[in-house]
Amino acid sequence: MQDYSDREQNAKGGVLTWVATNLGRILVSLFVPVVTFLILWQGFIFLRDSNAPQIVIVLVAILWGVGGVALLFLVSNWLVEQLPAVWTRRLQPFVFIGPGIAILTWYLAVPVVRTLLLSFQNELSTAWVGMDNYIFALSDRVMLEAFRNNLLWMVVGTSLSVGLGLLIAVLADRSRFEALYKAVIFMPMAISFVGAGVIWKFVYTYKGEGAGIQEIGLLNAIVLALGGQSQPWLQIPPWNNFLLIIIMVWLQTGYAMVIISSAIKGVPAELLEAARIDGASEIEAFFNITVPYIQGTLITVTTTIVIFSLKLFDIVRVMTGGNNGTNVIANEFYLQSFTYNHAGRASAIAVILLIAALPVIVYNLRQFQERKAF
Amino acid sequence: MAAKFRSYAQRKWLSSLLVNGILSLICVIWLIPTLGVLITSFRNSEDIFRSGWWTIFPHRQDVETGKIVLDPAVDVNAPIQIEGITATFEELRNGITLADGRKLVWYGNKRTRTIIVSEKKWVGFSANLTLDNYKNTLSGREIRFKDASGNEILRKGNNLGSAFLNSVAVAVPATIIPILIAAFTAYGFAWLNFPGRKTLFILVVALLVVPLQIALVPILRDYTKLDLNGTYLAMWLAHTGFGLPLAIYLLFNYISQLPRELLESAFIDGASNFTIFTRLILPLSVPALASFAIFQFLWVWNDYLVALVILGDKMRVMTVALASIVGEKGQDWHLLTSGAFISMLLPLAVFFSLQRYFVRGMLAGSIKG
Repeated sequence: MQDYSDREQNAKGGVLTWVATNLGRILVSLFVPVVTFLILWQGFIFLRDSNAPQIVIVLVAILWGVGGVALLFLVSNWLVEQLPAVWTRRLQPFVFIGPGIAILTWYLAVPVVRTLLLSFQNELSTAWVGMDNYIFALSDRVMLEAFRNNLLWMVVGTSLSVGLGLLIAVLADRSRFEALYKAVIFMPMAISFVGAGVIWKFVYTYKGEGAGIQEIGLLNAIVLALGGQSQPWLQIPPWNNFLLIIIMVWLQTGYAMVIISSAIKGVPAELLEAARIDGASEIEAFFNITVPYIQGTLITVTTTIVIFSLKLFDIVRVMTGGNNGTNVIANEFYLQSFTYNHAGRASAIAVILLIAALPVIVYNLRQFQERKAF
Repeated sequence: MAAKFRSYAQRKWLSSLLVNGILSLICVIWLIPTLGVLITSFRNSEDIFRSGWWTIFPHRQDVETGKIVLDPAVDVNAPIQIEGITATFEELRNGITLADGRKLVWYGNKRTRTIIVSEKKWVGFSANLTLDNYKNTLSGREIRFKDASGNEILRKGNNLGSAFLNSVAVAVPATIIPILIAAFTAYGFAWLNFPGRKTLFILVVALLVVPLQIALVPILRDYTKLDLNGTYLAMWLAHTGFGLPLAIYLLFNYISQLPRELLESAFIDGASNFTIFTRLILPLSVPALASFAIFQFLWVWNDYLVALVILGDKMRVMTVALASIVGEKGQDWHLLTSGAFISMLLPLAVFFSLQRYFVRGMLAGSIKG
């Protein structure tokens, strides 16, 4: 309805109106973020340099930030509503979407372009070096190892997380203690990777042999109790990668389970009942009715976890630092940009990460078109 | 007929047993690593390194009951007669179990001439647990000690209390701000018409997959120019930027599916877009907002990379403080474990308090989606 009247106005007003409208839209889009930013910025320089007790600074900061953003939405909307009705109608959408778009442009869209440029420049971004950084990123031994490991993470980690999540969601659906089981499985999501690292160090740690030494890592204790030899688990390639992947599965299964579980609740009971009456076994009913019905959700969950494992950094950083053949792309990116200070190589690695994720973008956009969300 | 019913009931009982059995098994496996750290966090530092955390439970273990020192006349190179058996030094080195259950083990090398006698006994009834780790971790107490040459050394404790406050200051606004902005944006995309709506929205969805690593370097340069590094604002904006695509996408899915009649009748009553948004859309979207709030909060609270790069070491959040305990002082596991638990508390509380909305919110999104 609004779109229609808008077009009508455009046709009548001609070029001048068009220019003024778009100028107004850009101004409105930038108004909230820029003014908010300026005010918050000054406040923070002040806060950072002040000597107030930390708790006071924290409380003031929270109120300052949240209140500031809310207030500026209010003010910019009020300003736009003071304009003549036609202009209000034209500009108001940009009061709503402007700040979001502006922040996305600053934080994601522009960096994509800039990283692309940096990736063709040298260490300190002072000269163009053509494809050198990409040649390094695609041929260096350390990088190749990182690619292999990321592939492992993506394939093994994702399939285990989604598979287990699906199994637990299906089984929990038939149990009286569903909420309890789900809470336990979801709990690791609330734990940071660093915390998870601590937890898993107590599983994988190794003390070595010697008189009177007792292993304090659970895995070695179990192996010893079964009559085996204790091992420095995280130092044995390539198996240490799988031990690290187990940590990711432990963390991510909860996410897959919760989302799949809610989709399973959406499968119509009559459909399943009809299949059972027709003589289908539980397993047949699961594969022929439940799985096709929740297919969309399964794709979404798998996509998210694939992207997650592509970007994975924390577990490796905390557990092994990428040593002993456990390096991954994101860790190598971190090393290149913050330890070796090689902006060119770091950017090339980041661009490769993005390209690796491209098929996932395309696939998701196609799904999106099929669903006709507009 | 009766027999058939009984077998049906039996089968049902069996399948329920199987389901609960498998789930309980998985849950126990899921909980064991965490339980280990929970127990460890209450043990003192010597115990942590001397024995596994499971030894606080009663178990049977070899306990030393006595020593036998051999007479100097005995030739240790020949088989030795002892406690009614005859054994060589090598056999004793490996340990010999006597018929009465006692175990003989040679201590050290041949010259010690000492054999340790031990018996299997039940131990672990008096668990030696303490709250000191938590006290030390939270207070960040300074430790003074003298080194070999007599100089006094002052080591600053790792102040997790301050890191906790920093984390709260980062995570709360970094959860609310993106949700607020995303809700406005999602409403704009779903209910307002403007040129370029579809194109813009597709671009937003495409940004979902941009790894945040790609943005870190340029953002860091901007922050350096603006003198923003090390401020909360820098963290909020970064997390807002990185969280927005997912937030907009999820909230758009939800908000675009609200009943059209509701909004139209509000328009007819003369309500402005802003009023409709604040009075109608926001209250109706609570499940979706809450579900995204959990994800975003967990994500920001557990974030390590962004915090490390932007806030650095001077202003530590929980994850950075924890990682530095691992890195700088690899031996302080007693502080590490208690720190890990303190850092879990708030996310767990948020999770349990929003869990109800969370499942319902996801449900609404996925059924219709």
